[in-house]
Amino acid sequence: MSKLKPQGEYEKTRAFRFFRWLSGSKDPYVGEVEMQPQKEFEVQETTILERMFEQQMVRNKVYDVKNNKTLTIFNKIYIAAAIFFCIALTALLLDTVSYLPRTGNSANPDNNVVSKRYIEQGLQETGALNIVTGMILTYRAFDTFGETNVLFIATCCVMILLMLDEKLLKEKEEMSDRRFEPKDDTILQGTAFVLCPFIFIFGIYVILNGQLSPGGGFSGGAILGAGLILYTSAFGFHKTQRFFNELIYKIAKITALCMYGIVGSYFYITGANGIENHIPLGIPGHILSGGIILPIDICVGVEVACTMYAFYALFRRGGL
Amino acid sequence: MNIVRNFPAVSILLCLFAGIISSGLKKKMAGYVNTVLISIVGLLSISTLFYVLSTGEAFVYVMGKFPAPWGNEIRAGVLEAFMALFFCIIMLLSLFGGRKKLTDEVEEGKTFLYYVLMDLLLASLLALVYTNDLFTAYVFVEINTIAACGLIMIRQNGRTIEAAARYMIMSLLGSGLLLMGLCMLYDLTGHLLMSNIKEQVAFVYASGEYRIPLLVTIALLSVGLAIKSALFPFHAWLPDAYGYSTVSSAAVLSSLVSKGYIFLLIKIIYRVIGFEIFYESRIVDALFAFGLMGMIFGSISAIRENDIRRMIAFSSVAQIGYIYMGIGMGTQAGMEASIFHILSHAATKSLLFVAAIGLTDVSGGSRQFIELTGSGYRNKWAGVAFTVGSLSMVGVPLFSGFVSKLLFAQAAVQNDIKMLPALIVLGISTILNAIYFMKTVIRIYTPLEDSKYGSITFKNMKLYVAALVCFIILNVALGVSSQPIVDLIGQGLAMFS
Repeated sequence: MSKLKPQGEYEKTRAFRFFRWLSGSKDPYVGEVEMQPQKEFEVQETTILERMFEQQMVRNKVYDVKNNKTLTIFNKIYIAAAIFFCIALTALLLDTVSYLPRTGNSANPDNNVVSKRYIEQGLQETGALNIVTGMILTYRAFDTFGETNVLFIATCCVMILLMLDEKLLKEKEEMSDRRFEPKDDTILQGTAFVLCPFIFIFGIYVILNGQLSPGGGFSGGAILGAGLILYTSAFGFHKTQRFFNELIYKIAKITALCMYGIVGSYFYITGANGIENHIPLGIPGHILSGGIILPIDICVGVEVACTMYAFYALFRRGGL
Repeated sequence: MNIVRNFPAVSILLCLFAGIISSGLKKKMAGYVNTVLISIVGLLSISTLFYVLSTGEAFVYVMGKFPAPWGNEIRAGVLEAFMALFFCIIMLLSLFGGRKKLTDEVEEGKTFLYYVLMDLLLASLLALVYTNDLFTAYVFVEINTIAACGLIMIRQNGRTIEAAARYMIMSLLGSGLLLMGLCMLYDLTGHLLMSNIKEQVAFVYASGEYRIPLLVTIALLSVGLAIKSALFPFHAWLPDAYGYSTVSSAAVLSSLVSKGYIFLLIKIIYRVIGFEIFYESRIVDALFAFGLMGMIFGSISAIRENDIRRMIAFSSVAQIGYIYMGIGMGTQAGMEASIFHILSHAATKSLLFVAAIGLTDVSGGSRQFIELTGSGYRNKWAGVAFTVGSLSMVGVPLFSGFVSKLLFAQAAVQNDIKMLPALIVLGISTILNAIYFMKTVIRIYTPLEDSKYGSITFKNMKLYVAALVCFIILNVALGVSSQPIVDLIGQGLAMFS
């Protein structure tokens, strides 16, 4: 009760809701979360018997266990042999490790001219404070382009397996068990509302600072993708589709990969033919530095974020 | 620098670009892009081949401004350019042969993904052929594996999904072993570039240190690639994967994907470990023995099979056995025979797969032999093509299979210890081949009085017949004019070291 405000007006304030929550007089979910009661799965005696019978039939037909003693013995030997081979291979490989050069020894074969140049001249040649990023995106840029294409082709394969037609998608939306999940969950939405902007900003920060600090396209893209997934699970696909639908996904993915390809090809072909390329290295330590690293990092970041989100969406509902 | 030197790198990049752009195109356009791409890459490979032949030495191409061993590098010699050209031809013909079937078997909305996978598969095959860097090879092995899984499961029924899952498990096991081998090799040598590794391996081997890890590394690399290319005891994934996927996938998988891995193994033997060190390690004897076993057991499984597609698939196991037998012989001649058999098997097996689909189509879609009776009369072109493929597989003169068997026999004679088993198994395997292929040919040419299935006319399958005719010409060309190609292979192997 309040002395300053009339009852009707007081009930709208946060203080009223807080005290109501404190005293426990109202369930916070009622009226806030739209929940549909899940249907009880009824177990019937006959279906169980039927299923058991079918299983027994299949077992009998496949293995013919009763009449086929040799098959059961074979199965046992097979399992024993499989276990034996696994243990033998593990033992062999572990034994081999003991013969390898000891880690951290300066006389090891892998402490050679290759790593020496990366460490000593990496900064001048790539303009990146982060040697790892400089290595994977400048010295070995072609490998990383291949690696980005691995992500791309993995999405294609998941699409083949899980993508549904538009029509089927609408039908399935009503059929799917998604509808038994709570929608408009206040706690989740509130958390996502606070967290998502920070996650996105942090992801962009990690991508843009790839040449300066640990991180880069792959890790930043993963953070962006995680943010998108959090947003979608809190607010649903309809809201996400306002800014990230299939068309935008395709445009973003193709543009990012093509940009990487164009920047990369320019770098490879000019480098191989001995032509001076006009990509400034910038001042090491500044955000606009590192030559081709920054544009490539952005492209990789977009591609990784798209891939993460596409996996989630395809597994969750069979479409973007 | 001559502009031709850019072509290998440009063709790999073009394939990747085409794949990326195709993912945003409609079905028809993606198909056109794919056809144009394969033709352009073929032309680029021809010019690379002529350039390398004219200069007489292989060239390396630095990807970027940093020279090896710091940056990436690719390398083109005679054999690499020739393989790239051959892969393009086979892929183009297989896609033409299976195009009609593709529209029937693959969902309308997903056909463009098929071409995306094909583009990326071609990119990975080219990279495996041209690469001079082991880690680049590993990255493109990954692309190759995932693309192959997609090609198997794009025809969606239960069996292809199961086949793809099985393929993925076995293939990833192979990739894992390969990766372990690469890590150990890096630990021992400190390099990823093939030529540097070879120097270091020779140095380490001469010093007598690290003998055991080196042996295990060679074993891991060989076994990893053997699993991926379906050498005999690791072939369990093969019959379902080749037998139930759509026809162009089956043709491409059997004739290109597994061959890409074998080519990588040959490259590792020559350019990474070194021919002598590899053969002193005795791992080759295991490859030789498994190759021989594969030749016999693959053929026996094929004889027992009652399904024409699976029979052809099991025949692949036997043919992969031939290739590993040649590698295992440990002589230059054996290696040449193996590489020639890679070509001849690729040309023949894709022909057989494409012809078999024509025969099953006029038999109500059934693959059982009983239903195929007389199908050679109902689809005359497919019947002729299947007969040609069978004769080539059995090893009848004029066709490519004969030449490869002759080369294997010649190579076997040069090796004292392995001569007897190689020749005996070659003979037995040829007889077994003849049993199951001739059985099929007799079956499809057994006249059937009142067939319930109608025949198909030339008008309805122009593209299909064109592909078959090209395959037959390729087969006969390999069989008749084998000497220049064998010379080319010898020249290419000489350029490897």
